[in-house]
Amino acid sequence: MIVILGLFLVGPIVMALWVSVSDWTGRGSPFSGNVDFVGLKHYRDMLATEGLARQDFMISLRNTFYYVLGVVPVQTVLALLLAVIVNQKFLKGRTFFRTAFYFPSVVSSVAISLVFLFLFTGTGAVNRFLGLLGISGPNWFADARGVLHLIGDGIGLWNMGSPPAFLTDTRVMNLSLWEWFSGPSVAMSAIMLQVVWTTAGTFMLMFLAALQDLPAEVDEAAMVDGANKWQRFMNVTIPHLRPTILLVITLGIIGTWQVFDQVYVMTSGAPAKTTLTPAYLSYSTAFNQLNFPRGAAMAFLLFLLIFALTQLQRWLLRDKDEVARRRAERQQRRQRRQGRTTTTAGEAAIARTTVEEAQS
Amino acid sequence: MSDTTPVTATTRPPAQARHTEASAKAVGERDTPVKKILIYGALIIFAIIYIYPFIIQLVTAFKTDGDAVGNPLSLVPDPFSTAAWERLRETQFPRWFLNSVVVTLIVTVSRVLFCSMAGYALARLKFFGRDAVFTALLAVMSVPAIVLLIPKFLVINYLGIYNSYPALFVPLMVDAAGVFIMKQFFEQIPPSIEEAARIDGAGPFRTFWSVVLPMARPALITITILSFQGSWNELGHFIIATNDQDLYTLTRGVAGLTSGGLGAGRQFPITMMAGLLMTIPTALVFIIFQRYFTQGANVGAEKG
Repeated sequence: MIVILGLFLVGPIVMALWVSVSDWTGRGSPFSGNVDFVGLKHYRDMLATEGLARQDFMISLRNTFYYVLGVVPVQTVLALLLAVIVNQKFLKGRTFFRTAFYFPSVVSSVAISLVFLFLFTGTGAVNRFLGLLGISGPNWFADARGVLHLIGDGIGLWNMGSPPAFLTDTRVMNLSLWEWFSGPSVAMSAIMLQVVWTTAGTFMLMFLAALQDLPAEVDEAAMVDGANKWQRFMNVTIPHLRPTILLVITLGIIGTWQVFDQVYVMTSGAPAKTTLTPAYLSYSTAFNQLNFPRGAAMAFLLFLLIFALTQLQRWLLRDKDEVARRRAERQQRRQRRQGRTTTTAGEAAIARTTVEEAQS
Repeated sequence: MSDTTPVTATTRPPAQARHTEASAKAVGERDTPVKKILIYGALIIFAIIYIYPFIIQLVTAFKTDGDAVGNPLSLVPDPFSTAAWERLRETQFPRWFLNSVVVTLIVTVSRVLFCSMAGYALARLKFFGRDAVFTALLAVMSVPAIVLLIPKFLVINYLGIYNSYPALFVPLMVDAAGVFIMKQFFEQIPPSIEEAARIDGAGPFRTFWSVVLPMARPALITITILSFQGSWNELGHFIIATNDQDLYTLTRGVAGLTSGGLGAGRQFPITMMAGLLMTIPTALVFIIFQRYFTQGANVGAEKG
């Protein structure tokens, strides 16, 4: 099994690295004699050379940047909110609600995408519902207008028909500033809504597990000190959840930068390339245009980006007392664990240790 | 929320008597009816947002094309129609379903077997380079799956198994996160039990198979569920492993339905029916093993 693991996980990366610096066209073996080494040409095409390759890559980065910026905070807050609500002690039917919120996470993204395609069509359920409220909804998946453009237009900051010249005339990396500051398109926003809806349930479970770990004595102590509910939530619960919040945000960033399935099923990057993402672009460059070297190079750039972002985020949110505190906590848990004899202790421990491992 | 403020304001103790009053409150604190109503209200709104799409999907699967487009919000098919089901049967849908079942079964069985064996080896057996293997495992887990699509294709192509059944399942047969979970679990089983087995004359494999594995039931169920869910819902791998319609699995085949696979227009009842049918097995497994799914979510967390 180590062989399979190596064959399909380590070997491929080495092969792809080679392909990304070669001029392989997809025909024959990438290691045959007529495949030449071209150095960092494909990386340069996407980052340094003026051209369509760079333009598409930059568009995909812009789209995904807004996508991540929208999805990660909203899904984190929604997951926390759902967890706090479901965690109320007086609640009846708690299991039912927990199941309902978690269920979309276990269903195939393809099936969910099909449902949302139907819900968000021009005359679909969402627009009918908005119609009941007197709002005429957009033609979601065909609407390439940027949300920030629309907002700016709405509050009179600019006119979408004739955007300010200093924004359209300044070009940075093949795109004008006006294009950079478009925000997610309406079509992308629909995908964002879907993803938030789908993944919040998983993160809710993580928050629930952490909330149930909160020692009741601490909360009571704060109560005795006269803290009200909101103060207790902000000063006791949130600090206790800090590692979980950090984990959820990290996982969110890693997951959202990889968005692929939804784009593949629902839009293929349309309308006007506003739902193009690096993951999808990398796939379509390789498999539709048969430009495997550039596709592979893009995949590596995406990997580097995700890696750099998670490191940066960890560094920004690091907590100096954290290391010492966590070590003490772990020791405490270990002692507690030894005291338990039921079989469930083992089960709970797997979940806990793996999450713990991920945090350290 | 504004409704709750006056209630808490009236119960707030005067400053001088804070300590005694507050501790009394701590003992006797009750959730006010207003708060309960608010919480239940929020819950019900969220529940509707979460359940309604599935109900719409279910109902639309039995509508006619015209009814689906004309009355997307209505919950009664008018007229009731099984046309979508009939049409779907004429496509290659049954074949895709079968492919999915076969691939999922093979992947799940082999993952349970290989992940537990590898996990046990990493947890207990002492061999040269064990730490290096484990480090490699962690490194592999940290590479995002989407980045591996092209690399995986390259290997499949290199081995000459592109467009074959093995291409569908062989690359999925072991998964690093599964090995990791099993290793963690085996490390928690007290070594004394294995020592007892060894003294009774059992070899390493016998010890693993007859003594340790039966004890690992909860972890095995978690792996089974993660594997089932992972391979049944997998899309990316099946896209790059084949372009032969006969080898499509459900996710790949059904995803193709939206991009003109049905000919003219988007016929929503058919896509809803297809989605519904591919959701039913997941839903059944989910309902039966719910407890383990909940744990799986936390375990899968570190996989990212």
